[in-house]
Amino acid sequence: MSDFPALAERVLAQARAAGADDAEVFLHESRNFSTRVRQGTTETVTEATTRSLSLRVFVDQRMARASASDLNAETLDGLVRRAVERARLANPDPCAGLPEEAAEAVSADGLGLYDPMLETLAPADKIALARETEAIGLRLDPRIRNSGGAGFSAHCGQVWLANTRGFCGSYRASTCSLGLYLLGQEDRSQAQVSDYWFSAARQRAKLESPEAVARRTVERVQRHFGARKVATQEVPVVFEPLLAGELLADLFGAVSGEAIYLRRSFLVDALGEKVAAAGVTIIDDGLLPGGLGTRPFDREGVGSQRTVVVESGVLRNYLCGSYAARKLGRKSTGNGSGNGESPTNFFLAAGEKPPEEIIRSVERGLYVTRLIGQGVNLVTGDYSRGAFGLWIESGAFAYPVHEVTIGGTLRGMLEGVEAVGTDLDFRDPFAAPTIRIATMTVAGT
Amino acid sequence: MSARELFERQHGLDSRQLGRVLSEALGGGGDFADVYLEYRQSSSLHLEESLLKESSEAVALGAGVRVVAGEQTGYAYTNELSLEKLLECARTAASIAAGAARSGSIHLAPRAVPARYPAGRPAHQSAMSEKTEFLRAADAAARRADSRVREVSANWSDEWRQILIANSDGELVADSQPLFAFGVSVVIEADGNPSGKSLGASRQAGWKNLGLRAGLEAFSGEKAEGLAREAVAQAATLLTAADAPAGELPIVLAAGASGVLLHESVGHPLEADANRKRLSVFSGRLGERVATELCTVVDDATLPGLRGSLNVDGEGTIPRAATVLIEQGVLRAYLQDRLSARLMKMAPTGNGRRAGYTSIPIPRMTNTYLAAGESDPEDIIRSVERGLYCKAFSGGQVEPAVGKFTFSVHEAYLIENGRITRPVKGATLIGSGVDILENIVAVGHDLELDRGAWACGKEGQSAPVGVGTPTVKITRMTVGGRR
Repeated sequence: MSDFPALAERVLAQARAAGADDAEVFLHESRNFSTRVRQGTTETVTEATTRSLSLRVFVDQRMARASASDLNAETLDGLVRRAVERARLANPDPCAGLPEEAAEAVSADGLGLYDPMLETLAPADKIALARETEAIGLRLDPRIRNSGGAGFSAHCGQVWLANTRGFCGSYRASTCSLGLYLLGQEDRSQAQVSDYWFSAARQRAKLESPEAVARRTVERVQRHFGARKVATQEVPVVFEPLLAGELLADLFGAVSGEAIYLRRSFLVDALGEKVAAAGVTIIDDGLLPGGLGTRPFDREGVGSQRTVVVESGVLRNYLCGSYAARKLGRKSTGNGSGNGESPTNFFLAAGEKPPEEIIRSVERGLYVTRLIGQGVNLVTGDYSRGAFGLWIESGAFAYPVHEVTIGGTLRGMLEGVEAVGTDLDFRDPFAAPTIRIATMTVAGT
Repeated sequence: MSARELFERQHGLDSRQLGRVLSEALGGGGDFADVYLEYRQSSSLHLEESLLKESSEAVALGAGVRVVAGEQTGYAYTNELSLEKLLECARTAASIAAGAARSGSIHLAPRAVPARYPAGRPAHQSAMSEKTEFLRAADAAARRADSRVREVSANWSDEWRQILIANSDGELVADSQPLFAFGVSVVIEADGNPSGKSLGASRQAGWKNLGLRAGLEAFSGEKAEGLAREAVAQAATLLTAADAPAGELPIVLAAGASGVLLHESVGHPLEADANRKRLSVFSGRLGERVATELCTVVDDATLPGLRGSLNVDGEGTIPRAATVLIEQGVLRAYLQDRLSARLMKMAPTGNGRRAGYTSIPIPRMTNTYLAAGESDPEDIIRSVERGLYCKAFSGGQVEPAVGKFTFSVHEAYLIENGRITRPVKGATLIGSGVDILENIVAVGHDLELDRGAWACGKEGQSAPVGVGTPTVKITRMTVGGRR
């Protein structure tokens, strides 16, 4: 919206006039498209343009927040006034406030966040991508007997952020994704199996082709045929990249500043300690060109950076917004979400072992292809999740496995990372290559 | 102000104009169209480190227009509530359909809705100070309960959602939906560990929450204190807990929150969309025996004031009675929205829910529970030689097409020789929905509908739901412990 500076100026001035020492206003405008095609029929098409505004006000080190999708001047006036009134009812907190670091808005140039082509791509072309993906998937193998549908979505938008300390920044960003969910049955007497695959990118041109997404989905379904349970035992566990990425999402929760000052993490008081095997280096990189988690600045206006969280097994940094940084006596790492911390591109750095070699190195163990359920306690690090996968015997896949759980502790898993693959795959803001963990409890029969 | 008055007076959208939008929506053909208008006010409070650190208020205003043609749905939504914007949304949504315009104008007639939310004192109109006291009471009670309590966080949230739904069948339905939730979580650190050096087992968390579709009269400082003490007791118990066992074991579910198991193993796989598309293990099995005779599973939006209770669903259907999904082991019904009901030639059940104006309605659960049986809960425990007694849960997940589901236990105990003995740490349990129903061998007479603030996720939409169950015995499930 071209009038954002004027709107921001007005809202910030109102907050000041109502008695706020400081204020911050954030606006997000987005054009959204999503479709799902199933069995060749366009099941849903959703289109919209939306806006939402949110603000924070500070009065004598007391904070309040408000948000609205209704940008009517009268609505906003009331929201600002009431936010200042509510802030006065909070307890003073010496750590509350806008970030000191926010000065100049960082440019988004060169970060590859926005693809104007996604704005002009016709709905019919978007639907065609999903249709083609599903059609290829359905004809690759007669044992693929049903489809949950193929989906394509695109979001193009712009964010603006301004505060009373003089920060005013804006950038455009887009994302698109193409995914497929298929079901298979080896023969009519066998149990149904299912799996999915997807590609996601900032740019249309970076999205994998319908053919690639369909083939990968079919391969993933095929490998579940004839799945069985295994006996309960302790074995090495190999996570394929998508699943190792889920592990990174769990870890993020344990290194975020808020979890640390609230002592809700098994990594409290562990800076400088060896918490993982030497091959483990974990990075949060907000400036990775084209990354799904890339942004020039965070939700508080602090410029993005590359932060090494774990360096060759040693915990070096917690990820902080400005509030947690003050609580912990550290500096913001550009991970402020305005309400705790959010990741940028949070990933396990690639290692030197080709994934095939990692699988070959396992005498007997489980290769995990799907995890379901919660079961991660970040306070203690206890880990227990439902798993689907492939059993490895003598370095090769023997048969698929279902209805088992894998259990351990996150600390034990990190320390037990024996091999890190070369196949780091950025399909999500949380990313990792194939990893092998020395031992976990696989619970089955 | 009623929802109808709100949209009419403040946005100039009366029934005549909504009729025009619906006519425009069916201008290119289609079987059905609706307009969903929503104004949602929500607020929340957050206390941690004994400080009220923040309060927030949010206003969401928007509308969506849907056109249904056969199996196809076109949807468009906007934040700007003007006739022009709604007509534009109608034209966008209409592009899904191809055919002749439906002739004749649409006359909308208001329908009366029941009153199932006891909102004596609406939370959104109540003073912030009163809600703040709940948080302070919880904080103080938790710290009083155990000197080892290191951190306490307490949260309050409430919302008031006003919706108006108009559809091409001429129905005009309004509802004002209250909802509140309170939650408290504590971290407790063992004595003799002042540095808090990261040993994991020396620190534990406990939490409790409560959510209802009701007003402030349904909550109090005493309730907040009680929940805080329960959270502390849970954390203290877990501090002494051993690792959970690994492998197959008999399971006893405590009455109440264990209903999560039914929600995942049976509820999701019985949603009509999955069954219509043959994406569920229960597809095509109506009338068949799918569970032991002890199992009667019900979804009931008509219960007053629970998280999943509804006067009207997200597409204007008024649930009139409980839906019996499984009756003494026999599959009787699916959870229907209008689209699936029409395609399956069945009646809608009032389960077409949507997270808000940005979402299309899909079949969802409301309050889902296993009906009471006849067993004495004590006898059920006594009948187990070695097993796991599951008391508190952090959630679950299911893969409806293959029927595998998990539920994660936060607080559990070993049963040894018919007695509950030692606490064990949280673990995930995994099973197959079809097998579980065949393995329910005892159902207690102590049905309890849980008051926890459960939220169910499906296709990116979150919905408040209720769960419940009596004490239940399952012959075996795989427990994901480490011992």
